Amino acid sequence: MATKRTIEVELSTSGLTRDGKPQRVPLVTGGDTGVALAEPPSLELDGEHMLINIGPQHPATHGVLRLVLELDGETVVRCIPHVGYLHCGFEKIGEYRQYNQIIPWTDREDYLNSIGNNVAFALGAERLFGIEITERCKVLRVIAMELSRIASHLVWLGTTCIDIGAFTPFLWSFQERENIYNLLEGWVGARLTTSATRVGGMAADIPDKWLEGLRGFVSTFPKTIYEVDRMLTKNAIWVGRTIGLGVMSPDEALNYGLSGPMLRASGVAYDVRKDFPYLDYETYDFDVPVGTNGDVYDRFLVRVEELRQSVRILEQCIKRLPDGPVNVDDPRVILPPKHKATSEMESMIHHFKNVMEGPRPPVGECYVAVESPKGEKGYYFVSDGTSKPARWRIRPPSFVNLSAIPKMVEGHLLSDVIAINASIDIVMGEIDR
Amino acid sequence: MGLTSIPHSASPENASSGPEIISIEPKGGDGWVTTRLDFLVNWGRSNSLWPMPFGTACCAIEFMATAASKFDLARFGMERMSFSPRQADVLICAGRVPFKLAPIIRRIWQQMPQPKWAISMGACASTGGMFDNYAVVQGIDTIIPVDVYVPGCPPRPEGLIYGIMMLQKKIMTERMSNKSIRDEMEPDPSSKLYIPASRIDEISEPFGNSVHQTRSAP
Ligand code: SF4
Repeated sequence: MATKRTIEVELSTSGLTRDGKPQRVPLVTGGDTGVALAEPPSLELDGEHMLINIGPQHPATHGVLRLVLELDGETVVRCIPHVGYLHCGFEKIGEYRQYNQIIPWTDREDYLNSIGNNVAFALGAERLFGIEITERCKVLRVIAMELSRIASHLVWLGTTCIDIGAFTPFLWSFQERENIYNLLEGWVGARLTTSATRVGGMAADIPDKWLEGLRGFVSTFPKTIYEVDRMLTKNAIWVGRTIGLGVMSPDEALNYGLSGPMLRASGVAYDVRKDFPYLDYETYDFDVPVGTNGDVYDRFLVRVEELRQSVRILEQCIKRLPDGPVNVDDPRVILPPKHKATSEMESMIHHFKNVMEGPRPPVGECYVAVESPKGEKGYYFVSDGTSKPARWRIRPPSFVNLSAIPKMVEGHLLSDVIAINASIDIVMGEIDR
Repeated sequence: MGLTSIPHSASPENASSGPEIISIEPKGGDGWVTTRLDFLVNWGRSNSLWPMPFGTACCAIEFMATAASKFDLARFGMERMSFSPRQADVLICAGRVPFKLAPIIRRIWQQMPQPKWAISMGACASTGGMFDNYAVVQGIDTIIPVDVYVPGCPPRPEGLIYGIMMLQKKIMTERMSNKSIRDEMEPDPSSKLYIPASRIDEISEPFGNSVHQTRSAP
């Protein structure tokens, strides 16, 4: 018969040593005679570090990020992020595609912000081609970018709340996302992977009555923001789990090259929409929210405020949307209407050239940056005069923002790593490309 | 029942020359009790599937939309997302799987206890999709056995739900008397490979590989 073993746990201390380090509770195992089977472990923790691995398949890493953490007790000493698990060769594929054919890839690289990427790509290609787009197209693109900013921040909100332990905001934010999906579906026919732009215009003009739908969304969405605000901003658990975490001072944030809400939460009012305006953003009336402490809580506040500002911009767009053509009148890049392509020789040639060879920009290079929900998103093109870019490069804001995570998590507890990582708003598709 | 021999292929040309598989089934066959028991077990299994979401890319966002309030996976007994493979029944691979991630999905599959099923969500997981290049696995069925493929880029939530219902139907047809239903391929002990090396060379050849296309249009 097996002898009964007892385990005594000595809970003599509150779990902290005199200098505030977590103390290991001695665990004594013994047989009937009470003889210890093993030496009790030493109480000194110094120099005894543990390596743990989070990811690459872990729900709280928002994709396939892998973090290797060196822990002293529960405190993080060092954090090494490993990226590359979602490298899909976007930039290489771009070298084998015509400009309009690359647009479907831009959907899938920062997939929370698909339609915003489409616009950013088209802006870059148009600068390369030297095309000035129409007024209606500009306003439509602003609508697209702001809808996409709202959609992206909503996913950030929902997943971060799940990470920190609140489930309801996830359901609220996905309900609102469904409304945005419905709008996008009515406009371009797809929910998530929109491919909405073309060089020189949009794939489609908005259908009749679409603006009514947008108006409805703009009028009901603030209620959700209000609910989220009321539920989280003064919630003791939320505040306790976010304040003072992952602080970046303004200087550090600038030195790390952060952008977007991460940078603004640290108190630097840099917004590409204000500082290097595109799509006539300088004529819209909106504020750039700026935080003071640069911690996780401030990033949350900045993003919620950005939701409100995006609604403001959308309201102005609805008011000013002009009539007129969406696409530029330039047969080099835009397909002729079908009735002309089947009846006029000129148009047929343009159609043939456009489809078979693709539009050809002049030799040169250009860089275009826009304010994506995650920060400064840039596209860089090098053209050798052919219909395909010689090099297409993406500047992913979340990659640069992620580079600050070793600095931000140092000295924090293991459970705070999840909150800090969530606050960066990473998208692995964009980071690994 | 006893010993039965089934020709390897039903087509008449191969019937005479092809190899024969001998299957041994338990005595008694599918009686009333076993089929009722099967029905009960399958009914229980199919309506309480615990999914292990292996979400990598854009399809994972649609997967989240499926789990959220409008489409509500809880209606199918699947609201309990199991983020640990050891407590999961069905692996839902949502998104593209590059080669760097391939060993991980294989390992997660091996960590899942039997009975287990797999759904491949989206064009990328099923075939590599639009990522026809050096980096991406051309279909996760080269790594793990897949039960249901859901097409789309990304599939709509309704599409995923339809795939899940197909899986539930498939589970309802399982028979406990079929001993080979959970057999998995074992690697060849000498080479440690699952399929012969010549076949691997054949499928890893660049086929229709986009980045091998010439930049034809000048
Ligand atoms: S199938 Fe389409 S939506 Fe799904 S992961 Fe692949 S590219 Fe993204």
